[in-house]
Amino acid sequence: MNTNELLLKSIEYRKTILEIIHHGGAGHTAGSLSCVDILNVLYNKIMDITPENFDSVNRDHYIQSKGHSVEVLYTVLADQGFYPQDDLFKGLNQNHSKFIGHPTRKVPGIEHNTGALGHGLSVSVGLALAGKLNGHTYRVFTLLGDGELAEGSSWEASMSAAHYKLDNLIVIIDRNTLQITGRTEEVNGLEPLADKFTAFGYAVRQVDGNNVEALSNLLSQVPFEQGKPSLVLANTVKGKGVSYMEDQMVWHHKVPSDEQLVIALKELDTAKLELGDV
Amino acid sequence: MTIEPTMGKPNQQVFSDTLLEIAKQNENILVVTSDSRGSGKLVAFGQELPQQIVEVGIAEQNLIGISAGLSAGGKKVFAVSPACFVTIRSLEQVKNDVAYSDRDVCVVGISAGVSYGLLGSTHHAIHDYAALRCINNIDIIAPADNFETEQAVRALVHHPRPAYIRLGKRPMPNLHDPESTLFEIGKAIELRQGTDVTIIAIGEPTAHAVEAADILSRQGISCRVISMHTLRPFDKAALMDAARNSRAIITVEEHSVCGGLGELCASALLQEGIRIPFKIVGFPDEYTINGDQPTLFKHYGISGEGLVATACELLETCKSQM
Ligand SMILES: Cc1ncc(C[n+]2csc(CCOP(=O)(O)OP(=O)(O)O)c2C)c(N)n1
Ligand SMILES: [Mg+2]
Repeated sequence: MNTNELLLKSIEYRKTILEIIHHGGAGHTAGSLSCVDILNVLYNKIMDITPENFDSVNRDHYIQSKGHSVEVLYTVLADQGFYPQDDLFKGLNQNHSKFIGHPTRKVPGIEHNTGALGHGLSVSVGLALAGKLNGHTYRVFTLLGDGELAEGSSWEASMSAAHYKLDNLIVIIDRNTLQITGRTEEVNGLEPLADKFTAFGYAVRQVDGNNVEALSNLLSQVPFEQGKPSLVLANTVKGKGVSYMEDQMVWHHKVPSDEQLVIALKELDTAKLELGDV
Repeated sequence: MTIEPTMGKPNQQVFSDTLLEIAKQNENILVVTSDSRGSGKLVAFGQELPQQIVEVGIAEQNLIGISAGLSAGGKKVFAVSPACFVTIRSLEQVKNDVAYSDRDVCVVGISAGVSYGLLGSTHHAIHDYAALRCINNIDIIAPADNFETEQAVRALVHHPRPAYIRLGKRPMPNLHDPESTLFEIGKAIELRQGTDVTIIAIGEPTAHAVEAADILSRQGISCRVISMHTLRPFDKAALMDAARNSRAIITVEEHSVCGGLGELCASALLQEGIRIPFKIVGFPDEYTINGDQPTLFKHYGISGEGLVATACELLETCKSQM
């Protein structure tokens, strides 16, 4: 997929996310929008995960530790052919449906049940370590929120990752600088974050996490160093793509109204038209 | 006196309103949160009393450890976080730093039970009674309505012991007449009198127990309802009185059937040598279905109708045993 195609995908994904959240009446809107471009590049460009190979162990793996942003994962997995997109309109946030507000393995394409923050990295370390022990060549990608990093387990797992030299592990931080209560730096300061990760033994790279081209270039270079886990500090904007949601704390789990949805879709359609002109 | 339920507020809103009012007069009260002040309805508290709120970020183990330390430093601490995380992820801190070390920390579990319905099992707290019951030296309270919540918060402020209070997210019907009801931690409250069957309820299902009793009474069946708002210290006398003065007992809780109110009652009865038709209503030991709180309640019989059906079945077994 070339850059223009990836850009188009991101717009389509954003539209679907907004539509299914609006339709289902619940969702973690802004956190899903902030990492759309990351999942887009991972699933369309970097990772070897398909409905056909999903049942085999020796393929790439993706664990979304920030499970609350499940809508982006559902949207991308539908696009990858794991189930029809229509299932999301029928099912998201509906009683008796499997498309609930956090990822579960009942949904095709989902690797691990998440939702309680601060679990995904430890599980990813285990999965990467199993790959090493079994002599498999797969890689394990995991996506964490920045607020999530307050959980001590993330740092315990980081030590293990470096200790076991897991260069098949790629940790991506959705660094949108917001959590529920406010700015991460006001709630529980994380900086200097890159230095901390470097000190914990990662090969650290920073990237504009809403730039599909920069993400593609960077992620195709993993592992960044032999013998070290890779860490991508992806600087993102929470609510990215919808002007009135961008960098706004209130959109963490707010659902757009009918009018708000119309405005958002219009903005995204305009962005799409502009792309066409390129 | 029997009151017809009117709709109140979410218990967690009543908790935060009451605590704010008290904390304005008592600067030693501290609220500690883990990116949870929004769900805990504590935004106003944070704005009005910024010196009396400590934020630790998304770190529930740290939350409880810090709370224990703040208590060691003389503070009266309310540690507020979703019940699903604070009673499991922080369980060792609760056990060692609060209960074992005997610190004056009130652990406040918000959005408890299956309040978070469709967010799934990671966000359900239907294990907390069991987890905490086998830890010595922590009181366990789950108010049914706004009155019980407000009274519990007032009592907890003057309760210098480890405690856990469990609060839900949905508006609750008012079940008590505040004028004529006395609330005391560890003392059950009789909401309906009756002699055929007794429903012992804790927390948000209590409203459904009352509904069931009212339906049963129209069918000529007299049903006692006990609000067992405190699991520890447990009001054994209220249980024994129900066992001696009614023909069957049902317990109902927004919890797994393992290790909660029902098993506590069953064990107490058996050890007193009492055998009585008995049924535990709660979540069975399996993956729950996906649904919001009302859907889950209905599916698992935690509803007026469901409890009526359970009562009728139990009373049938009474007949066949006669
Ligand atoms: C263990 C745990 N504690 C609390 C929560 C509630 N919660 C869900 S999302 C969230 C904020 C997450 O912030 P961040 O990690 O920065 O994610 P993002 O900004 O990408 O949405 C919180 C506190 C949770 N899901 N798990
Ligand atoms: Mg964030």
